[in-house]
Amino acid sequence: MTVAFYISSVIAILSSLMVITRKNAFSALLYMIISLLSVALIFFILGAAFVAALEIIIYAGAIMVLFVFVTMMLNLGKEAEKLEKTWMRPRVWIGPSILALILGVEVILLIVSSEIGSLPGGEITPKEVGIILYGKYIIGVELAALLITAGILGAYHLGKRKALLQHRYLKEEKGGSL
Amino acid sequence: MINIPMEHALIVAILLFIIGLAGALMRRNLVYILLSVEIMLNAAGFAFVVAGARWMQPDGQVMFIFILTMAAAEVSVGLALILRIYHNLKTMDADDVSKIKPN
Repeated sequence: MTVAFYISSVIAILSSLMVITRKNAFSALLYMIISLLSVALIFFILGAAFVAALEIIIYAGAIMVLFVFVTMMLNLGKEAEKLEKTWMRPRVWIGPSILALILGVEVILLIVSSEIGSLPGGEITPKEVGIILYGKYIIGVELAALLITAGILGAYHLGKRKALLQHRYLKEEKGGSL
Repeated sequence: MINIPMEHALIVAILLFIIGLAGALMRRNLVYILLSVEIMLNAAGFAFVVAGARWMQPDGQVMFIFILTMAAAEVSVGLALILRIYHNLKTMDADDVSKIKPN
């Protein structure tokens, strides 16, 4: 279990370094997903299975998909098809695949050796988290709900296309304004 | 948290945070800056979970859930802003964007 922790730590740091050094946005996103998966595995080893699941579902599943969508929307254009061919090149996905393979082997070994969940009193169950979340931290939950509502409204407002009227006078200027 | 020293896990969290900070400072593409902020938030949540596992308290995980919520809201607004900037200015460079004048 200790070895698994160090291996996933190294993978997390390595893939995070790759995220900030890649030129290709898709390569960076793939490495970011690997980084999140390895951090989720570390959570699992530390006995925090609930947040490990949340990390995969929300971070890798929802937020990163949002990133991928936006990156694809930004690349729409004439060269989109040519670009799509370059995204599929092996050098874009071979690195993340190898790291994901290492993480997968690690998970399988941990499950086979049945070390997960055998921590003597070391695991914090989702039940404890839920009880304290809706007990002591109920005000935090309500504030989070407010924050999410504000986020929805903000994203809706920013994503809405304005009528072109405002931009008619700015057409001659290069660049324009927001 | 049986045979893993807390210090090692915290060092990993600090390294992740430093990587995120370096990315946010070095890259000028808006998408990469947002990704680096995500790495930093993730590292902060990681530190919370490690501390929670060290003292066997669920509070660390609760804090991680709050950070997760905040990150989700931040990303949705940030990506909407990036889309808007790209449609209006046709650039993704943070330096170019900071040059525009308010009208």
